[in-house]
Amino acid sequence: MRHHLILRVVTKLLVGTIILFAFYVQFHGDFSPGGGFQAGVIMAVAFILYGVVFGLRHVQSVFPIWLVHKLVALGVLIYAGTGVWNMVLGYEFLHYGSFNPHHMSHGQHWGILAVEFGVGVTVTGVMVAIYYAFAARPPHIGDDDW
Amino acid sequence: MAAEEVHHVALTLRDHLPVLQILIPFCAAPLVVLFGSRTLAWPMAFAASGLAFLCSIYLLMQVIDGGFISYHLGGWAPPLGIEYRVDAANAFVVFLISGIATVVLPFARASVNEEIPQKNHTLFYACFLLCLTGLLGMVITGDAFNVFVFLEISSLSTYVLVSQGSFTDKRALSAAYDYLILGTIGATFFVIGLGFLYMATGTLNMADLAGRIALLEDNRTVQAAFAFIVVGIGLKVAMFPLHLWLPNAYVYAPSAVTAFLAATATKAAVYVLLRFMFSVFQPDFVFGSLAITWIIGPLAVLAMFIASFVAVFQNNFKRMLAYSSIAQIGYMLLGIAILNVNGLTATMVHLFNHGITKAALFMAVGAIILRTGTTFYDRIAGMGRVMPLTGAAVVVGGLSLIGVPGTAGFISKWVLVQAALDNGWWWMALAIMLSSLLAVVYVWRVVEALYLQAPSDDVVHKEAPLSMLVPLWIMAGACIWFGFDTDITLGAARTAAEGLLAGSAGMAEISTAAAQAAH
Repeated sequence: MRHHLILRVVTKLLVGTIILFAFYVQFHGDFSPGGGFQAGVIMAVAFILYGVVFGLRHVQSVFPIWLVHKLVALGVLIYAGTGVWNMVLGYEFLHYGSFNPHHMSHGQHWGILAVEFGVGVTVTGVMVAIYYAFAARPPHIGDDDW
Repeated sequence: MAAEEVHHVALTLRDHLPVLQILIPFCAAPLVVLFGSRTLAWPMAFAASGLAFLCSIYLLMQVIDGGFISYHLGGWAPPLGIEYRVDAANAFVVFLISGIATVVLPFARASVNEEIPQKNHTLFYACFLLCLTGLLGMVITGDAFNVFVFLEISSLSTYVLVSQGSFTDKRALSAAYDYLILGTIGATFFVIGLGFLYMATGTLNMADLAGRIALLEDNRTVQAAFAFIVVGIGLKVAMFPLHLWLPNAYVYAPSAVTAFLAATATKAAVYVLLRFMFSVFQPDFVFGSLAITWIIGPLAVLAMFIASFVAVFQNNFKRMLAYSSIAQIGYMLLGIAILNVNGLTATMVHLFNHGITKAALFMAVGAIILRTGTTFYDRIAGMGRVMPLTGAAVVVGGLSLIGVPGTAGFISKWVLVQAALDNGWWWMALAIMLSSLLAVVYVWRVVEALYLQAPSDDVVHKEAPLSMLVPLWIMAGACIWFGFDTDITLGAARTAAEGLLAGSAGMAEISTAAAQAAH
């Protein structure tokens, strides 16, 4: 990759913008089309692009495999945890209205924001994990593996 | 907008039981990954499945005499919102699944240590919990699309669990892959059927669907939906000609996984099939009842004979049990095809009894594998003498498989024969007896290998560890216990069967509301 100067420079410029755009889609999810899934994919794209251009080793030093796995689990927990918090407040699982019993629609707003954040975290993790799994595949199957 | 004061009574833990049933294993799975500790993974999994089992006992006790509990997720009332609906039929299956998980996990510890490398242990237990979540969820939910979602959760984690057998035998990978392809086709057919239903009725809540389908009468879309759903779930059930994924998946999966899956996965699918055939589509749905009697019936009889016959000629204990599973599923489907209260009771009760029987047998297989490394008859020769307790459990499980009086298997076959006679199908009763004779043959072959031959010298001459024997004997004991005490099993199964045969009557309030809305 040492020779691809333009690719490297453009990638470095773009990665930050892509991440910024991911956050925009994430937190605008409840107003306009978008939300956790799209934001997660866009966020993952930033890391995948970096990995494609600079190599797996470099991207994994920024975003190591163990962290990816934790993020996958963390996002699910954020989602489920939001629902459990509703239960603690005395309402049904995922009844977001409970965040603001006097103004249910505001509560719904907060709830959606929280679960979408969970979705975003998990999707980022899953997408990057899939990329790592394919990119890091051992090149061939040895005779012993059969 | 004016702030509205809504009077709200806080829900208690008891009100939350239906969702806690799913939520506990579901939250435990990511927690296991997040902690990432090999030592904590097993205790967390065990605690989660134990709590889920407690939930299921409370739920079953509440609905065993009829009635249902409805839980509205997110506070959205059905039919718009997703509803968890617990009645005798699914509380009984939930009780079976979480019970089996709780018994298999202690067994799994030693077995998994032996068969799966340590670095995979945390993810293995996380997958196990997700599989449990999926199975429980597809049974407890009252929303047709939600069934599909949970079906996928359980299937995807099952493929991973089966592939974990690749550390002892690489063929586990191709078995998992075959299962993946066939399972996905099944799930696709199922969701196509749901799509048709949604197109015809505009709803996905099961009770609401039932009400609206009843109004549609002869609708081609609904009939196509019925066909797609039966074939799709049929693949998951391993209904006779759609069973090809099952033998390899069971044989090459790690022992603990086989014990868990054999006792739960196909059972949950049988329940979903029942629910769709009887609650969503009405039992008097003409097209439906013809299909049930003349398609499911003959296939069930074929399964009983062909699969049993194949099982007789196996030379591998685990593979023999896999084929016997296909034959036993034939009995459950036969109960459906007979289409009366006794028939459905037989299906429900056999679902439970076969679950505990197969759990006991596959755990015994796991214990034998721990000592011999394989399950071929020539290699396990004489192990019954070396491992007397494990061998005795195989005998008890085998007797229950045959349906010898005094074991759980007898109860379900007795009810099934009664059901066949109720319909005046004496030849069917005869067929059930004859196929049981085939079971005698294949069980005898194992017993002969285990007891009547000399043990070879190159295997470990030692009884299985206590952590395996206790769960094994809990299940073997259950095979005997439920052969005498049938209050729970037959009681719940009969309530369930009556509820199912009443069609959507048990779901009255919503379906009448839907009917009024349609007029």
